[in-house]
Amino acid sequence: MQPLSNIDSLLHFSPEILLVIFAAAVIILDLVVKNRESVAVAHLALVGCLCTLAAVLFIHFSFGNEEPVALFLGMIQLDVFATFFKVLLLLATAATILFSLRSEELDAKLKGEYYALLLAITLGMFLMASSTNLLMIFIALETVSLTSYILAGFLTHSPRSSEAAFKYITYGAVASGTMLFGLSLLFGMAGTGDLTQIGGRLTELLASGEVSSLTVLIAITFVLAGVGYKIASVPFHMWSPDVYEGAPIPITAFLSVASKSAGFALFIRFFYTGFGSTGLMQFVDWPFMLAIVSALTMTVGNLAALPQQNVKRLLAYSSIAHGGYLLMGGVLLTSEGVGAILFYLLVYLFMNLGAFYVVVLVANEMGSETIDGYRGLGSRAPLVALAMVVFLASLTGLPPLAGFFGKWLLFTAVLEQGYYWLALVGLLNSVVSLYYYARIFKVMYFEDAEEETSHVSFSTGTFALLSTFVIPTIFIGFLNIFYTFSNISVSVLPMQ
Amino acid sequence: MTLQHYLVISAILFTLGIFAVLTRRNAISILMGIELILNSCNLNFAAFSRFVTPPEDISGQIIAIFGIVLAAAEAAVFLAIILAIYREFGSIRPNEVDTLKG
Repeated sequence: MQPLSNIDSLLHFSPEILLVIFAAAVIILDLVVKNRESVAVAHLALVGCLCTLAAVLFIHFSFGNEEPVALFLGMIQLDVFATFFKVLLLLATAATILFSLRSEELDAKLKGEYYALLLAITLGMFLMASSTNLLMIFIALETVSLTSYILAGFLTHSPRSSEAAFKYITYGAVASGTMLFGLSLLFGMAGTGDLTQIGGRLTELLASGEVSSLTVLIAITFVLAGVGYKIASVPFHMWSPDVYEGAPIPITAFLSVASKSAGFALFIRFFYTGFGSTGLMQFVDWPFMLAIVSALTMTVGNLAALPQQNVKRLLAYSSIAHGGYLLMGGVLLTSEGVGAILFYLLVYLFMNLGAFYVVVLVANEMGSETIDGYRGLGSRAPLVALAMVVFLASLTGLPPLAGFFGKWLLFTAVLEQGYYWLALVGLLNSVVSLYYYARIFKVMYFEDAEEETSHVSFSTGTFALLSTFVIPTIFIGFLNIFYTFSNISVSVLPMQ
Repeated sequence: MTLQHYLVISAILFTLGIFAVLTRRNAISILMGIELILNSCNLNFAAFSRFVTPPEDISGQIIAIFGIVLAAAEAAVFLAIILAIYREFGSIRPNEVDTLKG
């Protein structure tokens, strides 16, 4: 596979270029449009997402569907794995733009920057999913991180939002600094920044005894700090409940889905392309380390979610726990395991975004983010409450919803590789998670609101958007195409 | 000066950075700690580029330059957030910024 030169790469890079163009156009349109209530800016950003999606699919079907193509002299790689994540991320961005349009939290004066930053963060996530060079990995991660710090603190007159941004950047900057230190050690040992060569070089050096396996393990652990902070795995999860609670709800939804997906894309690309060879694993047993991280992550996430009163915070801990389930697939080194991660991320996109959309609606109508705000929702807004039940049941993993099939794939992949203890921990955790999801069901249907409030009605557009999350959450598990899509996507990764 | 000298210095810088972030009670000092961490990485890359990779391969130095740029961007965002914190809380001491917990 000969890497393409910079000029030749531009056509393959057109989705990213389109994102940049639209981000700039959003800012210019914001300057031109005088009416502050106008939604033109958001609609332009949405058009940007759709155009990019069309470009991603066009590039995929014209070049990227057979052989991986290395672009920009090996800096990034265009393959079906990257395309999978690009589609996923664009769906998440489009959904976030629609949520933001309907959320009453956001300051109308700052809309231009807001949507431009959303497109910019999508660009960063595209690069996270396709980087194959240490420098590119770090730049992509920082693009995403810096933008998400700003978005988390976007409510300029809310102390909670500023505090969220402050905590986010403090944890994030240390984590990415630590990651860069780990990358520098890897660079120094292997003498190259190319991810596709690092594994081979390190194996040779380890076999000849020139490099100690402890050094490689330290470097990998340092890199894991950066990746683990993006996917909010223990012990780098501390930022996420505070940030999720303080940030605007659409951004919380975006961070919990898109940021996590991009983190997993980077994680899989880094570990499987760079460190997936058996030779290396004789010296550095990173899968075992990750298995422990995975078990801790889901346990901590689920146990901490139990006493939560704020629904955003509860969903934050649930999202940490889901990071743990997803990591299970990453330790297996089989294409079934990674395929299960990809499928689960797709399912997670719909069910988690849907749950957050209900949180947006309830925050708009009842002005509350606590569980008490959901009292009597079953009688006041029956359809919205029913949708919430579907999302939460799917997050728990109850059949016949998509979340069940996602978990099923993950657990069978884990069992096939003989990680029985990990599967058991995961299973127990799913049971624990039922408790706190069921608390929301109970409040919605069996407790009456304190003051008598009348029936709440929502617009048709709201129901249309809600059903675009409910329908996939119910049916994805029954459609073969999604399994095929996620399985084809992992075929480009080197597996044993 | 051999490679070891540079690596020891960068390890000391990195540790001091982490130490500053963990112990300092002022947001600006935390930012300085983060800068130390990032600069220790840049030093590492530059040193590896000088001693490990062949002389015509300057990718390590390029990474160090990118590292400097990203550190500057991060400092800009961090200072903006510190400003927002100061406006909302009247203080930049992290232990006074604690409305979110649980």
